[in-house]
Formats: sequence, C-alpha cells, structure tokens
Amino acid sequence: MTQIELRGIQKYFGAVQVIKDLNLAILDNEFIVLLGQSGCGKTTTLRAVAGLETIDEGDILIDGQPVQHIKASDRDIAMVFQSFSLYPHMTVYENIAFPLRATRMSRNDVDTSVREIADVLRITGLLGRKPSALSGGDMQRVAIGRALVRRPKAMLMDEPIGALDAKLREEMRAEIKRLHIKQGSTTIYVTHDQVEAMSLADRIVIMHEGILQQIGSPQEVYARPANMFVAQFVGSPVMNMAQATVSETGGHASVQVSGGARGFEFPAALANCLSDAKAENGKLTLGVRPEGVLISREAREGFMPVVAHIIEPLGSHDIVDLKVGDQMIRARTKSGFVPGPGEAVWARIDPAQAHFFNTATGSSLGIRL
Amino acid sequence: MAAVQTRSERALNRVAIVAVLVITLIFLAPIYWITSTAFKPRNLATTIPPTVLFEPEISPFVKLFTKRSQLREAPSPEEYAAAPWWERMVFDGGEKIVRSGRGEIQPSGYPNRFMNSLIVAITSTVLAVGMGTFTAYGFSRFSVKGEADLLFFILSTRMLPPVVVAIPMFLMYRAVGLNDTHWGLIILYTAFNLSFSVWLMKGFIDEIPKEYEEAALVDGYTRMQAFFKIVIPEAATGIAATAVFCFITAWNEYAFALIMTNRRAQTAPPFIPSQVGSGLPDWTVIAAGTFLFLLPVAIFTFLLRNHLLRGMSFGAIRK
Repeated sequence: MTQIELRGIQKYFGAVQVIKDLNLAILDNEFIVLLGQSGCGKTTTLRAVAGLETIDEGDILIDGQPVQHIKASDRDIAMVFQSFSLYPHMTVYENIAFPLRATRMSRNDVDTSVREIADVLRITGLLGRKPSALSGGDMQRVAIGRALVRRPKAMLMDEPIGALDAKLREEMRAEIKRLHIKQGSTTIYVTHDQVEAMSLADRIVIMHEGILQQIGSPQEVYARPANMFVAQFVGSPVMNMAQATVSETGGHASVQVSGGARGFEFPAALANCLSDAKAENGKLTLGVRPEGVLISREAREGFMPVVAHIIEPLGSHDIVDLKVGDQMIRARTKSGFVPGPGEAVWARIDPAQAHFFNTATGSSLGIRL
Repeated sequence: MAAVQTRSERALNRVAIVAVLVITLIFLAPIYWITSTAFKPRNLATTIPPTVLFEPEISPFVKLFTKRSQLREAPSPEEYAAAPWWERMVFDGGEKIVRSGRGEIQPSGYPNRFMNSLIVAITSTVLAVGMGTFTAYGFSRFSVKGEADLLFFILSTRMLPPVVVAIPMFLMYRAVGLNDTHWGLIILYTAFNLSFSVWLMKGFIDEIPKEYEEAALVDGYTRMQAFFKIVIPEAATGIAATAVFCFITAWNEYAFALIMTNRRAQTAPPFIPSQVGSGLPDWTVIAAGTFLFLLPVAIFTFLLRNHLLRGMSFGAIRK
C-alpha cells in the first residue's frame, strides 16, 4: 500500500523555474506516466520523489508522511535509470543483490530473493555475467530486477527503455506492463514517447515547461485534451489545427478554416455551445485528428470538395494530406482509398471528433457535439 | 583493423615495428648498462671498449651492503681464511680489504636508506592518492563555490620548480624540527603530488556516470558507502595510474632529499652518489645500488600494467 502525493512543488535551477506549483496524488498500485518534452520538468519531478533532487517549496508525501527532508536511502523507493546504471564491476547476481546487502538480510535470504526475481524476469542464466556482456534488453531486465528485488514502496522509472531500439522497446513495454500487473507496485514512469505513455499508463500526467497540463487516463487525454499542447503532443500523426471562423448558413453551422473557399458543415448546436463557452469568433482554433476527417470518393451531402496532395501509405492505413484553403489537413483512410496525389475527393469533419480551442490561451473550450 | 592489408600498409607496419624496436633499444640501453655493471668484477667495469661478455659475480652487492675501509697492506693468510666466503670473493677480485677496520664486518648504510625510500615513497603515495581522490570526488560531484579558482590554485603549486623554494623550506623545516625525519619528506612529497593527484583523479571520476552513485543512494546506501562500494572500484584504473606516477616522483626525488635529510631519514637517491666520494670510484657498487633501486618501481609498474594501459587511454574510448 503506497500512495504518493505531491503538494505545491516548486523547483528552481538558479533563476529558471523548472517545476511550477505541481500537485499530484498517486494512488496505491497505480501506474503513472509523466509525459512531456525534454526539459519539461518530468525527470526533475521524478528525482525529487526519489530524493536525488531537493525541492524549493512544497511537500512530497509517501503514505501521508512528508519525505522531502529524508535522504534517498531512507525513502524505500527504487529507481530504474535510462542508462540502466548497472555497476560494471559487479556480476548480474551482485547487481541484483546490491540493494539487499544494504539491509541486514541474511546471505540465504538474499540468495532466495535474487533467484526469485531472476526467475520472474527470466534472467537466471545470466546471473554470473558482467553487465558489459549483456544485450540492451537484458541490461534493462537486470536494472528492473535490481529495483524490484527489495519490494520497495514505489518504483520510479526514468525513460527506462529510451535507449533501446524500436523492436526491443516494444517487447520491453509489454514486459514492464506484465511485471506491473504481476508484482503490482506504485509506479511513476517518465517518458517523452506518447506511445509508451498511452500503452503503459493507468493515468498520464502531461507536463510542459514545468507546468502540469493534464492528468487523465490514456483515453481521456486522447479524446478530451485540455489544451492545444496536449492535443498536439498526444496521438500520432498529430492533430490537425487550423484557425477557424464559424458562421450560420441554411440551418447548420459552417466552420471555415483560414483561406478556405467554403466551410465544413457542423450541426447548428455548435453556435449555442460556442456562445455558452463564451468563445469569441475569430479567436477560435479547430482541432481534429486525422481519423476525424472523413473522406468520400464521390460528392455527398455535407462533404466539401478538396484535392489530395501527398499520400503516405503506412500499410495498415494511409495518411492523406488535403489542401483546404491555405492549410494542409491530414486525413486517415483505408490503404489505397485515394488512388494518387492530385485526385479530387470530398471531405467533412466528424463533429463528434472535433475540438475547439481558444487561440489566445490555447485551452480547450470543452465543446462536445 | 581491416582484415586485408594493402602492400603499402604492410610496408608501413614494418617501418613502425622497426622504429618501435629502435626506440625500445635506446630506452633499454642504460638499464642494460646499469644491470651489467652491477654484476661485473671491478676491473671490467671501466674497460674501453666496454666488456660485454664476462662471468657475473655478486661482489658489487657484497661491497654495497658492507662497510669497509681501505687498508695499507693485504690481510694476513689467517685473516683471509677466517673471513666468510663472500668476503674472500671480494678479496679475490683484487681488493686489499676484507672487513671494516680490524673489527667485525659492519653492514653499510644502504639497506637503511632503501627502507627510508620505501617508507617515504609508499606513505606519501597513499596520502597523496587518498586525499587527491576525496578532493577530486568533492569537486566532481558537488557544486563548490569558486571551483575553477580553487582548482587553479591547487594546480598553481606546480607552477614553480620545487627547488626554488628549497631554502625557505629548509629553514622552516629546521625551525619546526622536521628536517631529517621521515614525516618531513612524506609531507613534502605528498604536497608535491597532491595537485597532480587531484587533477588526474578528477578527470577519472568525472568519467564515472553520476547515475551509478544515485542508483546506490536510492538502493539504500549512504553517500560514503556509495563512494567506497561504487566510486572506488570504478576508479581503480585511475587510482592505479595516479599511484604509479606519485610513487615514481617520490621514489626518484633527489634535490629535497639531499637538502632535508642527511642520515636518519636519508633516502637512497642522495646516498648512492655519495658512495662515489673518496678514493677511486667503484662504479660496480654504484651500479649495484642503482640496480636494486630500480626494482621496486619496475615491480610496482609491472603489477599495475593492465590498469596503467587502460588509464593512459581513459576517456579516449567510449565504452
């Protein structure tokens, strides 16, 4: 049972504020992913929880106890580093046993624990080796083993698979998920890779320039991004964004992107929603993910004629760039749906998948159609 | 390295090998000279041209380890018969003397001087490397106010040739009673080597990723434990390389040893040439003293050769 709570954390590096009033409550057994670009404060936050970094203001509570003045060694937290940090002069066995030897555990108990965790991680055959003789994936397993062997209150992982190649990363992602389900410990995981975050997290915490942007389940942050930063950071390919003006024609709303000849057709309810949200026309940004752009090969009711520009065939699907006004809007289609560039097609935006943001503040207007 | 070499590459390789051999020979020649002279009979030591083939004997070492004085006449047959075999050997080599005065055979000052050298060099090396490692760790891992200035200050102690301060040092040492003591020389050599050791060790410790210690800290170890369990083993190569350099400096130091010591704490370097002193110099004895003096450094360096090689290329190779 471990809950971690961060209350009003402020952290400066010299004159630069790297964490700005961070509040976060992490539940027992929860897998939390801190997601953000490099330099957003996510790693600093993690290191502060570990006790490797001091904070200037605020409280870090583990199970309700403030720990910000407790040394790292006394916090009973384990950490996996991006570089794995396996001690090169020790064998795999000694590496995994190292945290246990800090406690007054008997030699036999240490041996039992090491072999148990090695079995879980399927690295029993490597126990006698030196880290330099291991592959990247095995190094990472050992690093996780060293972290788990002590059964710490919480696991912290700082981009643990960032240094691996793509295929291995996918494998290890699944492995980490499997381990979390099996061992179940409160985990904070730092990454800049949104795919990793989406696939692993119970809840994702998105940070930008030291400020927490949104906390939510992967589905939530994907489907209901709180602002333009989250909207563009989560999801691949990125969400289309375009300055838009809304007008009313013939019983429905029309959303016209800048430079566009015609507007996309939206339900009439949009006008009410916008006025409810106190949105100013002209300071509006429309956001839509590529799968929210619907394409037809022949003219249909509510669809607008556009020209396909570039087609990226990705095997399972294609990404088609459509020229709308002076903007490119990317749509996701079945593979081969648009035969080639230059082809005229018809497009509309699925109102249920459209997001509206305040251009000035970047925050979502929370409109759901 | 390419598996297939072109003709010109092979030629270049041969040239390189020949060059290395020539350089090695040049470096080894004085060592050969010392070693061969140390085992020569006295009359062959100064021949022109040099004697290359001879029957090695240990009489130079006997003379090195015993004290003797020149006698006017040869010893009587009784005295000759009563002398131990090694003394008879020295006598057969053409020496007039068998033993010191008419009394017992006296051991010479050499073993003591040799011991002094060992005590001073080893202690000062341990101190310089130990303190240097701690200091370097501090500079490497913590943000120290005025770090660059402090490091420059430490280095600045090497900017004068040490002998420049010999006279003030001598006066200070005499005032506090440190002259002709082991500690006097140990402090002096530690101070010489410390700046070197701090800078060298800082380079080595900077190369050890911080994460190793951080991992140990999170794993439940204190910083001190992390230092001894992680940093020291990881820095072993650097420590070995630094130790060899410090040891050689302290072992070879001549000027201060000559000025600061005369008897009790005198080390081997000022003692060996003092044997040239009176009468006709006996080069074989000096060569024997020098030969023995070379051994500890050679053994020390040989034992640490693997570390030393890695130490030399440290930082050049991305692991």
